[in-house]
Amino acid sequence: MSSVLYDLPGPAARRRAQIGSAVGAVVVAGLLALVLWRLIDRGHFSEQRWEPFADPDTWNAIGEGLVNTIKAAALAIVLSLVTGVLLAAGRLSDRSYVRVPVVTVVEFFRAVPLLMLIFFFFLASPSTLGSYGALVAGLTLYNGAVLAEIFRAGILSVPRGQSEAAYSLGLRKTQVMGQILVPQAVRAMLPALISQCVVVLKDTSLGFIVVYPELVRTGRQIYDSYFNIIPAVIVVTAIYVSMNMSLSWLAGWLERRTRQRSDQPVLSAADVDQGAAV
Amino acid sequence: MSARRLRGLGAAAALALALTACGGGDDAATEVVTDAKFPAGSSMAKFNEAGTIKIGTKFDQPGIGAKKPGADAPEGFDPEMAKIVAAKLGIEPDKIKWVETVSDNREPFLQNGTVDLVFASYSITDERRQVVGQAGPYYVTGQQLLVAKDDDSIKGPDDLEGKKVCSVEGSTSIKTVEEEYGANPAPFATYSECVQQLLSGSVDAVTTDGAILLGYTAENPDKLKVVGDAFSEERYGIGFKKDDTKLCNFLNETLEASFEDGSWQEAFDQTLGEAGVEAPEAPTVDPCE
Amino acid sequence: MEILLDNIGKILEGFQVTLILFAGGTVLALVVGTVLASMRVSPVPPLRLVGATYVNVVRNTPLVLIFIIVVFALPELGIQFSFRLFAILAVGAYTAAFVTEALRSGVNTVQAGQAEAARALGMTFGQTLSHVIMPQAARSVIPPMGSILIALLKNTSVAAGFGVIEATGTLRELGRDFPQALYWLFFGIALGYVVLVLLVSAVFRQLERRLVVVR
Repeated sequence: MSSVLYDLPGPAARRRAQIGSAVGAVVVAGLLALVLWRLIDRGHFSEQRWEPFADPDTWNAIGEGLVNTIKAAALAIVLSLVTGVLLAAGRLSDRSYVRVPVVTVVEFFRAVPLLMLIFFFFLASPSTLGSYGALVAGLTLYNGAVLAEIFRAGILSVPRGQSEAAYSLGLRKTQVMGQILVPQAVRAMLPALISQCVVVLKDTSLGFIVVYPELVRTGRQIYDSYFNIIPAVIVVTAIYVSMNMSLSWLAGWLERRTRQRSDQPVLSAADVDQGAAV
Repeated sequence: MSARRLRGLGAAAALALALTACGGGDDAATEVVTDAKFPAGSSMAKFNEAGTIKIGTKFDQPGIGAKKPGADAPEGFDPEMAKIVAAKLGIEPDKIKWVETVSDNREPFLQNGTVDLVFASYSITDERRQVVGQAGPYYVTGQQLLVAKDDDSIKGPDDLEGKKVCSVEGSTSIKTVEEEYGANPAPFATYSECVQQLLSGSVDAVTTDGAILLGYTAENPDKLKVVGDAFSEERYGIGFKKDDTKLCNFLNETLEASFEDGSWQEAFDQTLGEAGVEAPEAPTVDPCE
Repeated sequence: MEILLDNIGKILEGFQVTLILFAGGTVLALVVGTVLASMRVSPVPPLRLVGATYVNVVRNTPLVLIFIIVVFALPELGIQFSFRLFAILAVGAYTAAFVTEALRSGVNTVQAGQAEAARALGMTFGQTLSHVIMPQAARSVIPPMGSILIALLKNTSVAAGFGVIEATGTLRELGRDFPQALYWLFFGIALGYVVLVLLVSAVFRQLERRLVVVR
């Protein structure tokens, strides 16, 4: 691999890189070995600690947890898309009496920790929401506010000439939005939207504060029952990482594909609001 | 009872067997009443007709109420008591819908009908009786301290000044040690997590009701011990929706009957008793208002 | 309202802890993030691999899980810190992955000619990176970095579930003691977060204005 940062390595540099590789590999392998050794030494890889994972009941529980995670994430994504569209429309409005309150709401929900929102909804309205409802409500408002920004950025990413041309043809604002800007913006926003799905999937784990039985909570139950924290954490992390990496990969693939097919700008999550995607 | 014979297999296995053995007709107390009659319109009649009931209990407290991941039902003293009550309502144990409750969500769950009854190491307090009904008590315990076996510096709550003490968020125990004994509170989600923190040395003590703590010493007898006398009195009651006096009377009568016919004692022996908790005297229930 | 005012001391204490976590987490995330970003663009393949693996795993793991790993698994390795330090480690390690990615895309925004010129002057990879590329990259990553640090600030709230009583933990405590004043307490503490977020954004807007390179 070459890079602008360094020349194609010559013989001396290659040797140095090889030595560096070897040293780096040894250090990393050494660290990993040390960690593994300590874990084995303390019996974390003993049969007894892994035994629960041979029990189909454990996997049923994990499956249930995964289903609950997806259930909360899916509903939250759908609802936050709707919320996001409404808020973005409000924010792009020409009327200040619409724009100002909407901006306030968006900024408020972007500034308050999601964990606190979920907890508040749970306590404030337990009679209608329950833990599932509180989690979904929190996720919806928070992500709705973030998505509103993605939508807005998406609309603004469409080159000005497009809307100018449309206006000069005599289209009204709603027509320009609906027929010209939104269709082009959606394509640009798709990767950012998928990245946001990863965020929602991860954030369902904040449901711990209202005891929503999602995947991470299931993992906690497993190690609470069998005192096998390391195996439980390894399994749950593996599930989460593979699920989210597939989604991230999909987002990246869409981004590359969109870039190849047109010269139109593409929004990645990074362009819009990296922090919101954290 | 089979539980007696199979003690060596451990409480959980024995309990499962005991349950299948129940209903065989040898045990009058937990036998499901098939011809129960309740005043029309009462909550009891409603549960009886529905043939099912939603019970809130802890899922993470060995001995009191604990559910293994993937298991159908929790095991412990609280679920056993719930089964006794359900039986009196003509509801089979496997028709009970178990819902996990934690310290934070018991009142909301009762108020909004997520659960019909709460058996969740639910201490009776005046504040709680403002918002929900509490029948009983069916068990009296007190707040104690769990420390590492080799720790001699903590002998009671007076030694807690400046010590890191773990308990569960939203519980009354953590407030007591913080405000009355000057401990540094470390709130976690479950008692099991607190115990792990104690085992790894991240906290100096875990505090909650003695009965819960003894469940953990039974699991780790060579690493943990419970110290000191109880420094509070916790009276476990059955939570129900506020102002249902008929239901309250029914619950109290059922509890009193279970104290007398030995089913209460049996529920205790099979669960907390297995964990080495001393059998208490049957408490006197509070009159319903 | 009264209850909110009566407990203002407690709430401020909570925010003090939030700020400690925020400051510690920021320092850790920036240091680790910069090191990892350098690894990700370095000529040594194993270093690139380590950097990429870290970023991919950490970014796709929920923060709660990272907290569990730090708070429950590190003691199993014999590593023992206070809960505050654990919380700083958790949010710092998590945020570092995002800092790495922001810096890396920042490096890509620096024009190739800059690096080529540096190399033509005979600078090594380390010199090119530290004297020429990173200072320029840092400027173009200021806006995303602001967002990342705001997220870090909010993410410190997860520590409330792991033995630390910070601002969100304070809401939990007070909400339990004074359920009748829940709305006041929530909006009071939320306002605290809003103010902090605005402060961080203001600092970054200033930084941006001073440092940003016009291309």
